Amino acid sequence: MSESSVAAESLLAVDVGTINTRAILFDIVDGQYRFVAVGKAKTTIEAPYLNIGEGVRRAISKLEKTLGRTFLSNSQSLIIPSSPDGIGIDSFALTISGGKPLRVVAVGILEEGSAQSAQELAATTYSRIVDVVTINSQRTQESRIDAIIKARPDLIILAGGTENGAERSVMTMVEAVGLACYLLPKDVRPEVLYVGNQALREKVQDSLSSIVHLDIAPNIRPSTNVEQLVPAQAKLIRIYQRIRNKKILGVSEFDISAGRRMLPTAAAFNRIIGFLSKTYGSSKGVLGIDIGASATTVSLAFSGNAMMKTISHLNLGENVVDILRFVKAEDIARWIPGHFSPDRVQDYLYNKTIYPFSIPGTVDELSIEQAIARQLMRLAVSEIIQKIPEKDNNVLAGFLPWVEPIIASGSVLTKAPKLGQSMLMLLDGIQPVGVTTLVLDKNNLTPALGAAAEINQMLVVQVLESKAFLNLGTVIAPVGKAKFGTPVLRVWIKQEDGTETNIDVKYGSIEVIPASLGQKVELRVLPLQRFDIGMGGPGRGGRLRVIGGALGIVIDARGRPLMLPENPNQRQELLKKWARVLGA
Amino acid sequence: MLAQIKHILPKTLIQRERTLPATGDVVVRQGQYVEPLDIIAETDMKQEHLLIDVARGLGLSPTQADQMIQREVGEEIIEGDIIAGPVGIARRVVRSPVTGKIVLLGEGQILLELDSPIYELHAGLSGKVTSLIPGRGAVIETTGALIQGVWGNDRIDFGLLQSKIKSTTDKLILDHIDVSLRGSIIVGGYCDDPTILKKGADIPLRGLILASMSSRLIPIAKKVRYPIIVLEGFGALPMNDINLNILTQNVGREVSINAESPERINGKFPEIVIPLSEMGDEEPPITDLEYQPGQVVLIVREPAARQIAKIKTVYPEPRPLASGITAPAADVMLSYDTVIRVPLVNLEVIA
Repeated sequence: MSESSVAAESLLAVDVGTINTRAILFDIVDGQYRFVAVGKAKTTIEAPYLNIGEGVRRAISKLEKTLGRTFLSNSQSLIIPSSPDGIGIDSFALTISGGKPLRVVAVGILEEGSAQSAQELAATTYSRIVDVVTINSQRTQESRIDAIIKARPDLIILAGGTENGAERSVMTMVEAVGLACYLLPKDVRPEVLYVGNQALREKVQDSLSSIVHLDIAPNIRPSTNVEQLVPAQAKLIRIYQRIRNKKILGVSEFDISAGRRMLPTAAAFNRIIGFLSKTYGSSKGVLGIDIGASATTVSLAFSGNAMMKTISHLNLGENVVDILRFVKAEDIARWIPGHFSPDRVQDYLYNKTIYPFSIPGTVDELSIEQAIARQLMRLAVSEIIQKIPEKDNNVLAGFLPWVEPIIASGSVLTKAPKLGQSMLMLLDGIQPVGVTTLVLDKNNLTPALGAAAEINQMLVVQVLESKAFLNLGTVIAPVGKAKFGTPVLRVWIKQEDGTETNIDVKYGSIEVIPASLGQKVELRVLPLQRFDIGMGGPGRGGRLRVIGGALGIVIDARGRPLMLPENPNQRQELLKKWARVLGA
Repeated sequence: MLAQIKHILPKTLIQRERTLPATGDVVVRQGQYVEPLDIIAETDMKQEHLLIDVARGLGLSPTQADQMIQREVGEEIIEGDIIAGPVGIARRVVRSPVTGKIVLLGEGQILLELDSPIYELHAGLSGKVTSLIPGRGAVIETTGALIQGVWGNDRIDFGLLQSKIKSTTDKLILDHIDVSLRGSIIVGGYCDDPTILKKGADIPLRGLILASMSSRLIPIAKKVRYPIIVLEGFGALPMNDINLNILTQNVGREVSINAESPERINGKFPEIVIPLSEMGDEEPPITDLEYQPGQVVLIVREPAARQIAKIKTVYPEPRPLASGITAPAADVMLSYDTVIRVPLVNLEVIA
């Protein structure tokens, strides 16, 4: 096991997802840390293996084969540290998103208060709320006890009482939790995380510590109007780690190799988004979105402070059909540039639950899958928007704040056959505003870097500065209201070779300004009709120096929120037109 | 690459571990023969409790009340039994309002565990109990045909197999279901008519095996009391040839149908078992394979969804596919000698 930090050179990061396990190697190339290669194998959490070990070793073996290097010993153990002849690795990191989400019961005083915050805390990792127990509901004490027993949770998040606030009500809930846990067989008792009134720490300790594994973290609702999740998140990560170690075979072995620093994939992802926002030091935020088979993770950070949601009910895996709790199949079908009945979309969703590992086999299936991805992102972004404190909400209510850049991850986005499809899914799903850059994490490196950050920060910085991530393009999305076809943005373009052109972009359209990857382009932008692009207010523009992305520079003047025509023929024509413009 | 496996076998050794969700009592013995609906284990889920405030009932402080409680933890109480008191001149007592067992007492309160319905674990298939799992369940073994489905409505039954499907693309229509099928398990094609499911309940059927079903019927399918298994998926999907052959060849035999909801993580799928005479050389199905040329596979998605094919070439490195996606793939030959390229993840090896 490697305990060294900065001195470490090569780093092998393994991410165990629901479907795939990836082994990613970072190493020094020409004096700089670089992403070297990735090996991928099927995750073996499910039967008949029921142990992540087989999948992890296969992913590492694939990497060994690709690179002609050796990381596993004859006994299939990781060789750490590396030997002078290059066998083995210097450090190892592990992230996990696979496995059933934690079953969580949120306990609080008020449904809209502490219990809501407990649910928000649960949503920072892979979890599913199986019940919410509060003092202000109609339940009697015994029915609270029964509800907890029936829910069979892995974890109870016990919140309630502002600082120096309610005590008696909190202790009533502590009693219910204690009795329920006492009545459960010892081998299925949940862990308890107390995040309520800190004046009661000792009493809570006395009541519960002999019955369950109890963790105490700072109050997540210290006053009625303040929610602070960050301090408790660290405890929750350790609880997740403990439960995964206990419930999934093979985790413990690799967690030991990772120096007991295993992280939930989402937490590692969030760490990098926070890190980027701190590094850029801009007044804008940084947004990250990862659509996975177990959850959609959305992370938004300002000045190093990241807020996140890991939304287990929004995923492209076994529970993809859960999306129908929030939108109708019609809403998904609207994004498909062809005639697809809602029934067909619904059947597709149910078939995906049967075969979560399968991928679209035809162009039609691909268009349904990409429509689902759009809707997943819409829902996930809406959830994170609701969490933005007023002081950080630097744009109109209900819209995404100004962010730069947006990091996108997840196979549906990164493995789309055409980059234009990735771009269009992100524009439709996230609906960014103002000036931003869309970046694709083609190799799913973000969680690996998040896990690496604890071991080797230099590696993280240097890999982020490298070309391991794909700059998809700079996007300018003006916000405002106008009639379809009215010019809303005037752009003067000066290319590197001195060529100058200008265009007027009309409301309802997408325009692409050609610029090859890495090419510097100077823009002068002037919003018309009092449209806003985040350069000081409505109608205000200015000069921008941008770097061309894989798709150049994209101006999305379709309005926010993006409204699709009700008429199916018009809608499909428009969807096809937008796709053509982006080469999708 | 590790293969996804689908068990569709005309004859195999079937071993199923059936366990309770919580510790309980195993009520079968080793060597016993069981039918699908036989109870093999049972447990009291202990999900309902009642908290009795003795202190308030007696008008005493919690500490005083504790001294007046006449019962102990573990004692069974019948509704109306005195559990605390008498106190004072009026000889106040507290009686239990329900029947149950005391699980906790103190601080002037008694927590009663109420009598709750017993959870019964059914065998799920006909066979012999080959081993017991103390406190949890048993392993049941049989020889026969095995067909795994993709969806079930969480019911179990057994009965004589009748078929209403002739070709892989047939659709089940209302006229197919009549009173002559009472007590039978019916094989049908695609079903998108809710009245068929309702008529099946009226007759009543003992089970319905469908090639495919409209997902709109799921809420109704979950409500009917007979088991429904969907073999291929949702939407108008054909029944694959192997399923069709096994089922039509076994018409008139008794079959077990366990329509449990699929639970991928534990390798549990709804399944049909047709007990056949034992030859003694049957092996259990293979569970661990890599994709190889020559394997018979089921294509799970378009193009050629639910068709049986044979692998010609495996490409472990990504190849461009009809959808435009690039992924590890295989060239597979369909029954009519056409070769198509399919992503490996869209193939299940029939084993």
